[in-house]
Amino acid sequence: MKSIRVIPRLDIKGPNLVKGIHLEGLRVLGKPADFAKYYYEEGADELMFMDVVASLYERNSLHDIISETVKKIFIPITVGGGLRSIYDIKEVLRVGADKVCLNTAAIKNPQLIKEASRMFGSSTIVIAIEAIKEPDGRYLAYTDNGREYTGVDVFQWAQQVDELGAGEIVITSVDKEGTGQGFDLELVSKISNLVSIPVIAHGGAGKKEHAVDLLKQGTVSSAMISSLFHYHFIKENESKASDLEGNVEFLKQKRNFHIFEPCRIKDLKKRLIDNQIECRI
Amino acid sequence: MDGIKKKVVIIDYQLGNLFSVLQACDTVGMNAKISSEKEDILNADALILPGVGAFIEAMNNLKKLQLDVAIKQKVNNGAPIFGICLGQQLLFTESEEFGAGNGLDLISGVIKRFPEKFEERKIRVPHIAWNTIYKSIQNWESTALNELANDDFMYFIHSYYVKPENDSCILTLTNYDSIEYCSAIKLKNIFATQFHPEKSAEKGITIYKNWAKIHNLI
Repeated sequence: MKSIRVIPRLDIKGPNLVKGIHLEGLRVLGKPADFAKYYYEEGADELMFMDVVASLYERNSLHDIISETVKKIFIPITVGGGLRSIYDIKEVLRVGADKVCLNTAAIKNPQLIKEASRMFGSSTIVIAIEAIKEPDGRYLAYTDNGREYTGVDVFQWAQQVDELGAGEIVITSVDKEGTGQGFDLELVSKISNLVSIPVIAHGGAGKKEHAVDLLKQGTVSSAMISSLFHYHFIKENESKASDLEGNVEFLKQKRNFHIFEPCRIKDLKKRLIDNQIECRI
Repeated sequence: MDGIKKKVVIIDYQLGNLFSVLQACDTVGMNAKISSEKEDILNADALILPGVGAFIEAMNNLKKLQLDVAIKQKVNNGAPIFGICLGQQLLFTESEEFGAGNGLDLISGVIKRFPEKFEERKIRVPHIAWNTIYKSIQNWESTALNELANDDFMYFIHSYYVKPENDSCILTLTNYDSIEYCSAIKLKNIFATQFHPEKSAEKGITIYKNWAKIHNLI
């Protein structure tokens, strides 16, 4: 069998779960632990925690979130954001992460991929690639949530990441991220065809059909989704906005998330199976 | 009764995340601790050999810490051992990977890597997925897989798999993209899985619970 994975992504800022558009303009949605527990019960195949601010000061709160989460959640957990060295990786694994996700540090020093995969095993090292489509049609890799230009061609970079021994690639279309317009199928299938490791597509899911379109091609191994699931959770559970710090206006106003058709993980998986896409249910 | 609970040692050879293995043990009520001390292994009632990472690195670490001899001695004397992922592979004779060398040789067989291609199709490696386990020759009753159903999903993350010399120790098979391989074994006091039960949600935790019950560890 060749089953795909559905991976909710939890962007973390300090103690909060946040969500942005094009990886920016972060809005506070709630407590990460509440979302994580719900997704586990709903049949998430893995969880991805991404520290989107990743300042040294806030690192401890991410560690606390991870070590609390893994006590009750028995599925794989990947942690990313601001990991710069073998030491940082070791620390995150020590508090309970199963895999780590690198971006900036790997682009700055590709040998880190080689070193880390030899030390912790290829399958522990996930490389995030943030792609932006340039006006001339090229896709270039960015870092720091799509803010920092690197000039690196994403397709060449993906092949290099594979050769250096990474276990997986998460490819984010920054252009699509948070927009609900659907995945960038051209981008993700091209990356997937170029490498021999599993590829996780991220950015753009606005309704169940988008995941079906992505996965029925059969090249991508997983779909990483946040808004669709987060907004469903918020609709179902009164998130305690008053306890939260940061940009909570969005949450208090309960604005209609009109571009999205929020859904449960279970319902998405049912739809996938109806479309002959194999997954755990 | 806590005072006389049997001691389970999760063998730490300094690779990978043992935290979730310990959490799974705690959840089902085992008296487990993580250790890389030879003495702890020799004094344990049961062993768990987890592991993520490279075979060669793992064997080197086990030897450096003198744990290889201790593990073999315990298992040959009948102590139950539960190998997980790389921990399962280490129980076998040798790896086919160039230069990787010998394992603990508690079970005869070799470690193989998934091919890059199968019938002209690209095989993505590592195999990272929830995949199903199904019965082979052995029955699951009275093993740690009791209560599980054929085709239950478990979490896999690996590039290599075991090929036992004698099929009779095969407990489960798994099929990844048309390649069928052994995904769990049971031979006397040895039980081992290629998948990660501690990452396989409730059904995985059931495996921990069953294993602990069979060996009177809870």
